[in-house]
Amino acid sequence: MRRLRLLMILPVLALLSACDMVVMAPAGDIAGQQRDLLVISTLLMLLIIVPVMALTVFFAWKYRESNKAAEYEPDWDHSTSLELVIWSAPLLIIICLGALTWAGTHLLDPYRPLDRIKPGQAVAEQVEPLQVNVVALDWKWMFIYPQYGVATVNELAAPVDRPIRFHITSSSVMNSFYIPALAGQIYAMPGMETKLHAVINHPGEYVGFSANYSGDGFSNMRFAFHGLDQAGFDRWIAGVRQGGQPLDRERYLELEKPSEKVPALHFASVEGGLWDAILNMCVEPGKMCMGEMMDIDRKGGLTMASVRNTMPLIYDKYAGRGSNPAYFGSDDSYVMTICTPLQAAAAAAERTRRSELQNAERGPVDRAPLRGMGLVPPGVPMASLSLSAPASAAPNA
Amino acid sequence: MSATAVKTASNPLDDKTVFYLEEEPHHEEGASTMLGFWLYLMSDCLIFAMLFAVFGVLGGNYAAGPGPKELFDLELVALNTAMLLFSSITYGFAMLAMDRNNQRQTLAWLAITGLFGLAFLGIELYEFGHLIHEGATPQRSAFLSSFFTLVGTHGLHVTFGIIWLVTLMVQVSMKGLIPANKRRLMCLSMFWHFLDVIWIGVFTFVYLLGMLR
Amino acid sequence: MSADQLIPLIFGRLTWEALPLHEPILVVTMIVVALGGVALLGALTYFKLWGYLWKEWFTTVDHKKIGIMYMILGIIMLLRGFADAIMMRIQQAIAFGGSEGYLNAHHYDQIFTAHGVIMIFFVAMPLVTGLMNYVVPLQIGARDVSFPFLNNFSFWMTTAGAIIIMASLFVGEFARTGWLAYPPLSGIGYSPGVGVDYYIWALQIAGVGTTLSGINLIATIVKMRAPGMGLMKMPVFTWTSLCTNVLIVASFPVLTAVLALLTLDRYVGTNFFTNDFGGNPMMYVNLIWIWGHPEVYILILPLFGVFSEVASTFSGKKLFGYTSMVYATVVITILSYLVWLHHFFTMGSGASVNSFFGITTMIISIPTGAKIFNWLFTMYRGRIRFELPMMWLVAFMLTFVIGGMTGVLLAVPPADFVLHNSLFLIAHFHNVIIGGVLFGLFAGINFWFPKAFGFKLDKTWGLVSFWCWIVGFWLAFAPLYVLGLMGVTRRMRVFDDPSLQIWFVIAAIGAAVIAVGILAFLIQIAVSILNRDKLRDTDGDPWGGRTLEWATSSPPPDYNFAFTPVIHDSDAWWDMKKRGYKRPAKGFRDIHMPKNTGTGVIISGLCLVMGLALVWYIWWLAALSFLAVLVVSIAHTFNYDRDYHIPADEVRETEETFERRLKATEA
Repeated sequence: MRRLRLLMILPVLALLSACDMVVMAPAGDIAGQQRDLLVISTLLMLLIIVPVMALTVFFAWKYRESNKAAEYEPDWDHSTSLELVIWSAPLLIIICLGALTWAGTHLLDPYRPLDRIKPGQAVAEQVEPLQVNVVALDWKWMFIYPQYGVATVNELAAPVDRPIRFHITSSSVMNSFYIPALAGQIYAMPGMETKLHAVINHPGEYVGFSANYSGDGFSNMRFAFHGLDQAGFDRWIAGVRQGGQPLDRERYLELEKPSEKVPALHFASVEGGLWDAILNMCVEPGKMCMGEMMDIDRKGGLTMASVRNTMPLIYDKYAGRGSNPAYFGSDDSYVMTICTPLQAAAAAAERTRRSELQNAERGPVDRAPLRGMGLVPPGVPMASLSLSAPASAAPNA
Repeated sequence: MSATAVKTASNPLDDKTVFYLEEEPHHEEGASTMLGFWLYLMSDCLIFAMLFAVFGVLGGNYAAGPGPKELFDLELVALNTAMLLFSSITYGFAMLAMDRNNQRQTLAWLAITGLFGLAFLGIELYEFGHLIHEGATPQRSAFLSSFFTLVGTHGLHVTFGIIWLVTLMVQVSMKGLIPANKRRLMCLSMFWHFLDVIWIGVFTFVYLLGMLR
Repeated sequence: MSADQLIPLIFGRLTWEALPLHEPILVVTMIVVALGGVALLGALTYFKLWGYLWKEWFTTVDHKKIGIMYMILGIIMLLRGFADAIMMRIQQAIAFGGSEGYLNAHHYDQIFTAHGVIMIFFVAMPLVTGLMNYVVPLQIGARDVSFPFLNNFSFWMTTAGAIIIMASLFVGEFARTGWLAYPPLSGIGYSPGVGVDYYIWALQIAGVGTTLSGINLIATIVKMRAPGMGLMKMPVFTWTSLCTNVLIVASFPVLTAVLALLTLDRYVGTNFFTNDFGGNPMMYVNLIWIWGHPEVYILILPLFGVFSEVASTFSGKKLFGYTSMVYATVVITILSYLVWLHHFFTMGSGASVNSFFGITTMIISIPTGAKIFNWLFTMYRGRIRFELPMMWLVAFMLTFVIGGMTGVLLAVPPADFVLHNSLFLIAHFHNVIIGGVLFGLFAGINFWFPKAFGFKLDKTWGLVSFWCWIVGFWLAFAPLYVLGLMGVTRRMRVFDDPSLQIWFVIAAIGAAVIAVGILAFLIQIAVSILNRDKLRDTDGDPWGGRTLEWATSSPPPDYNFAFTPVIHDSDAWWDMKKRGYKRPAKGFRDIHMPKNTGTGVIISGLCLVMGLALVWYIWWLAALSFLAVLVVSIAHTFNYDRDYHIPADEVRETEETFERRLKATEA
């Protein structure tokens, strides 16, 4: 019977080797380190899981009723030393795993700029990460390349071995931005910005998608991700510039409406301040930006007169999902901006300047090893959780 | 070993040969009621805790609308608070009268408590009406949503408290201060004081701190 | 007033279009259910069973009958929830290479939402509550729970919630948001229509029942234990029930509050979880998981108790490490409130917050591990009888540790970044919920069925069911682990990559095997009823039990115990048997019992009407039924005459009958 079972495992193994376990064999360094952590944690836990399973089977077999030869101690119900073992064994494993978790979580924090391109190769000082602003729309993805002034829908490209910095938001509901080959996912949420730092190490065609259910068109919310060499990437950018139309607010508002299975779109230019407006949910003309609103709120709000400073929505943002305001509420509406278009533009520019300043103040990315509880002390080679990383290859050792 | 002989031992637990009580154990009727009601109050308290937490998160999101300083009238709220605190005191008097088995006085104090409760509700409704009339509706900002919900939920509890109070007054006048009614009065007492405590939280956290923000 | 105005006033947004006549699958289901329903109602009328059902069951305050009704509700809803599962598995197995499968997005999205909601709220919860309801008062030597009327009311509120969710199948639609209905997707702007409203009111009404039943059982365990049963002499199942009900009372109000806020957003247009006007959708996710994580332990803890009882009974041994078992349960209870954020590491909370919640999650595995070891060492040097409950225990131990391991994996934030929302996650939580909760329920049902009905369950069909479940489970979910590692996310309706299909096909086959397992379970019950005379449990103690519930007859009399037992040991009944306990034969007294009442059914029925009226915006009906709830509740408080006495003679007669049966068996 047991041998039969082993035989049955064979086709499964064959299947397993045939399939493309992208999570276990990713093409990006971040995803690779996440995979390593997965493997190490599993092995660590198997240290206790395997003996428990074996003992379960063994005890169940040995102390079966028909085996009269086995000892029987009906009143044996306590053993201090055994209790110590059964509490401390899992405890020890969890201590190891906890330390690993603490270090790994900080090292692989998606908000943390990269300090290495691949095992043993640090990010060169002068390299400027590729910035991509990602917007989850209903139900497609938009990518804005501020450094190149272009944008695409449902198509993403990046040069290999160059750090990528994603700024991610959503226009309507929650989605999750996930390219398994590249790095772990992070949510895309309306009115909020999440960040992800990653790098792709091998050229190739990969798939990205939304990993958080967002409505009817969710299943088809997929995009192609091209990992290209530098020359290929430049060609791709040039192609986008050539073949595309301009992306302005009106076009964006058009795009924002729900649609499914949208083919890749290219935009040769992007209206200034569009990303800021999307993030602050004020692409609609006359709508107050979140940033402006939060500034006002921080100062304690406005006078009573502001209470009626709202406007009904002028176009049907929820087209395709039906428009149905709360029965006892007012119609769909939004807060009007209280400044003139010129002032609003100035405010947006100021916000952009400040956020850039904030980035600049942080200075160049600190590539020194991460310190703190559970992390390597200074002087020790660069922290790495990689299974394959040769520790001696760390650059600052 | 004839171990089943049931003796009326001084304490059956000490006698290892006693396996059951000969007499029906005297489970006082409604012995668990107070505990059960406490548990209910704690679960209710958790609902309020959530509403407080939500107010804590959203209380500063005026959506470029008016904030507490523009909206709240502390004097009115102080008066309102006084009404509820007085009602708690008068409920206390009702319980004292109940302890003395004085039905007439109990009912009188309960009635006064109810009137204070109604006054509290009246003032609160006036405040809400005023705000809504001004345009500061629950829909205007997350701050107002959480304000109306927190204060309104408390008001709803007071409303149900008053309905319950009237019911109990009828029952006491019908049946007198029998144990069952006394137990019910105790429960309502806990409920009423509980609402008082919650209101003190509302007053401090929403109104006073709101004015200081 | 014209008809155009009058009709919406009377019917709200309910129109003929609400009947899903364009969905052939639903039409067929509707016809089958309608025919079945008519047949059932006809049979009840024909055999004149209505009066019996009403008097003996619907209005009962007997915790045993209420427990049984909970179990029946859970099993019926299991069939519905499982039908959803099968439909999902078929869709995912065929929707490849441009095929849209057989379900459109509107239908498919409802199915996975309904599957989750039903399995958690209306299968696992009623089954667990039913078990606790039936067993706890017996284990602590009580005559009933603290608040018998409330118990009946709680059951009917749960049922009302279940009826609302079933109604959404045939009138209108169910939510298309996933089982936790995250806003802004579940807000009125992105989910207009009745789906989310059905969701809200079903959970809200059932939630009232659950909270009250939690309060009831805590009060029962704290106040009604037999003399001598100190806290550290309580049976482990009672301990885990106590902790579960503490969790219920300390977490369901959170759900009530957060659903109420979502309701306000949807009905009144407030801005708690909206994108504009300062709302904060992330707050919903936090709040709902503050309820949601303890909920997981609400489900599993009682089954840990069941396994403890099963392990010691069938190993013929005292439970190893009773004290550490109790402490482990308490530690899990407390820790379950400190881990909620691990459900959304990917929302960008920052490394320190993420690692805090990751590590607290891992810490929970320590007491859980201790429990596994305790069961293991209970088997050690025992005499293990492989009856069905024991087999479920061994299967559980082998399955659950895998689920536990993948759970700890998901608690490592960087690993979660690649596995969050993937099919790996789906496989993980089915691994613990099926491998833990469901296996435990089957162990419990097989264990206590003879107590409840007076005869054992058939072993052959039990074995068929057992093996189908085990094999089916691994066939259905091992592929999902693999798919998760292939980067496949959950709730997908169609797929591009043809290399995935084989795995989905295997999973679908697994689901079919599980279906056979469920069928075998139903057959097992039917066969056992037919052969009940052969399977009869005459002495009330078919397994050589250890706790008090085995001290009375099977099924127990209304009053459970003729005399209140006195407890000297945590394995009270084992101790009594060992020291030569003899059943008392005289000195019977009148027993004080609560009276049945129909108020619970009536109020719950009115709540059901109110819920449906609110879903469909039929305001007059909602107001009317709310008022009626108030009036009936108040009227109920005017009834002071709530109990009666079972006369001593009747008690003596019952006990003597049992005594004669015992003698007959011995002879």
